[in-house]
Amino acid sequence: MTKVVEGKNIVRDYHVGGGLFRGARTVHAVKGVSFSVEKGKTLAIVGESGCGKSTLARIITLIDPATAGELLIDGNKVDIARDGLTKEMRRKVQIVFQNPYGSLNPRQKIGDVLGEPLLINTDKPAEERRDLAMKMLKKVGLGPEHYNRYPHMFSGGQRQRIAIARALMLNPSLLVLDEPVSALDLSVQAQVLNLLADLQDEFKLTYVFISHDLSVVRYIADEVMVMYFGEAVEYGSRDEVFSDPKHAYTKTLFAATPRADVASIKARLAKKKAA
Amino acid sequence: MALLDIQNLVVEFQTASGPFRAVDGVSLHVDEREVLAIVGESGSGKSVSMLAVMGLLPWTATVTADRMMFGGRDLLKISLAERRKIIGKDIAMIFQEPVASLNPCFTVGFQIEEVLRFHLGMDRAQRRARAIELLKQVGIPEPAERLNSFPHQMSGGQCQRVMIAMAIACNPKLLIADEPTTALDVTIQKQILDLLVSLQAKYGMGLIMITHNMGVVAETADRVIVQYKGRKMEEADVLSLFESPKSNYTRALLSALPDNAVGDRLPTVSDMLFEPAPSGAGA
Repeated sequence: MTKVVEGKNIVRDYHVGGGLFRGARTVHAVKGVSFSVEKGKTLAIVGESGCGKSTLARIITLIDPATAGELLIDGNKVDIARDGLTKEMRRKVQIVFQNPYGSLNPRQKIGDVLGEPLLINTDKPAEERRDLAMKMLKKVGLGPEHYNRYPHMFSGGQRQRIAIARALMLNPSLLVLDEPVSALDLSVQAQVLNLLADLQDEFKLTYVFISHDLSVVRYIADEVMVMYFGEAVEYGSRDEVFSDPKHAYTKTLFAATPRADVASIKARLAKKKAA
Repeated sequence: MALLDIQNLVVEFQTASGPFRAVDGVSLHVDEREVLAIVGESGSGKSVSMLAVMGLLPWTATVTADRMMFGGRDLLKISLAERRKIIGKDIAMIFQEPVASLNPCFTVGFQIEEVLRFHLGMDRAQRRARAIELLKQVGIPEPAERLNSFPHQMSGGQCQRVMIAMAIACNPKLLIADEPTTALDVTIQKQILDLLVSLQAKYGMGLIMITHNMGVVAETADRVIVQYKGRKMEEADVLSLFESPKSNYTRALLSALPDNAVGDRLPTVSDMLFEPAPSGAGA
C-alpha cells in the first residue's frame, strides 16, 4: 500500500506578540504529531476545541507551514515555508471547511465556484472548465440547472455538496475534511456522509476527517487519532481505539458522548426513580 | 396539573412572498418536575413555538392559540406589562449561543444582578450575595471574583453556566433550554446537561429541552415531542419513543444516527419518508 500523506513529528508554534502590559509568548498548538494514511483510507482526528486539530488540518492542506517536522505527500517531502507551494501540490491536496455558509463567495455563481480551481491551477479553456463543472455537479447529486445559481439559493446540505465538488475539481488524491457535517441536520448529515463514502470508492480518495462527533468517526474512519492539548494521545485502528481506549482523555470522551440506545435510557430512568 | 398547557398553537410570519406558517397547530403540555424534550431538524418550528411562549418573536409574527395557559393564566390574554412580570421570573429561557446571548459591554455580575433587581427588587448587598450564590451553584470557581469578568474573558462552557445562573436566579417554575449544548464540546456538553438535570430535580422545575440531538434526548428527557415542518409528528415517553417509534419520521431520524448504521450506507430521512407506513401509523 502507498502512503498518500505522512507526518513525522509535526510541530506548530504560534507567537503571540506582546503589548504594553503583556510580554510576548508562544502557543504550542501542535506538539510533535506523527501519522500516516494509506491510499483510499480515512484517518479521523478527534478532539475538543483548542486541541490543535484544525491547525494540523491547515498544515496537511499546505495552508500553513509546520514549525518543525516533516510532511510527506505521495512520498515527496514538502516544505512550503522554504519552497512555496507549487500548482502541482495544490492539485493533490484539497480541503472542505466546516461552515458551508461561510466558505462560498455569496456573489459567485456555482458554476464559477467550481470553475475557479481550474482557472487558477490549470490552463484549460472555458468550454472544458464548464463541462467539467457540469459533470462534477452531477457527481455530487446536484443538476445542471444549479450551474447559474448563487449560494444563498441552496440549503446547508446542498452547499456542503458544492464545497465538496469544488474540492474535487482538481482531482486531488488527498481530501481534508474539517468538521464537514457538524453544521448539518441529522438527516442531511447522513446524506453527505453517504456521498463522501461513494466518492471515496469511485475516485480512490484518501480522507483526513476532522471531527468532534465520535458516532460519525466510528462510522467513517479506518484509523483514529485522538488529540489533546496539541498531542496525539491515542492513535490506532478504529476498532482498537473504540473497543479498548487506553488514554484517560479518550475514556472521558467516550463517557461524555450521549448514548441513544434503549439500554442506557432504561438505566438512566431506573437511577432517576431510585434517587 | 399541567404547568404549561398549549392548545393548537399557530405561528405565521409575514414574508415578501405571503404568509409562512412556521408552527402549524401544535399542542403540548409540561407538568411540574417533568423534562419534556422537543426534537426536530432546523425549520421544524421547535424554537419558534417556545419563543412564542416567551413573547420574543418579532412583529412580523402572528401568534394564535386556543389557549396558552401558564399557572392558571392565559399568556395571550393578559396585558404585556403583566406578561413581562412572568417572563424571566417564572418562565426563563437559555439560548444556543452562550457567548452571543450575553451583553459584551457589561460584567456577568451586572447582568445577573439586573434580573434580581427587576423581578425581585433586592438591594445592592442582597443582589451581590445572591449572584455569588448562583455562580457557586452552577459550578463556577471563585464566584466572587468572576462577577467582575466580562463575557469575553470566559470560555463558552462558563458563559453557558452564567446564562443558566441568570435563568434560575428567580427560581423559575419552568425553564426552557433552546439547544443549550449545541455550541459546546462533548465533555462540556455532558457537564452542562448534568447541571441542568440536577438543578431541575433540586428545584422541581419543569424543563423543556429543545434539541436536534437524539443523544441529548436519550440522556435527559422524560417525555418527547417530535416535530417536523411545524407539525407534531409524535409524542411519547422517552423509552417507548426509542423502543418502538410510531411515526415514519421518528424512525427515519433514529436510523440516520451513525450509531445505527447497518452495512456501508446510512439510511436517510428521504429514503424512509417515501415508503408507505407499515401499519397506517404516523407521518
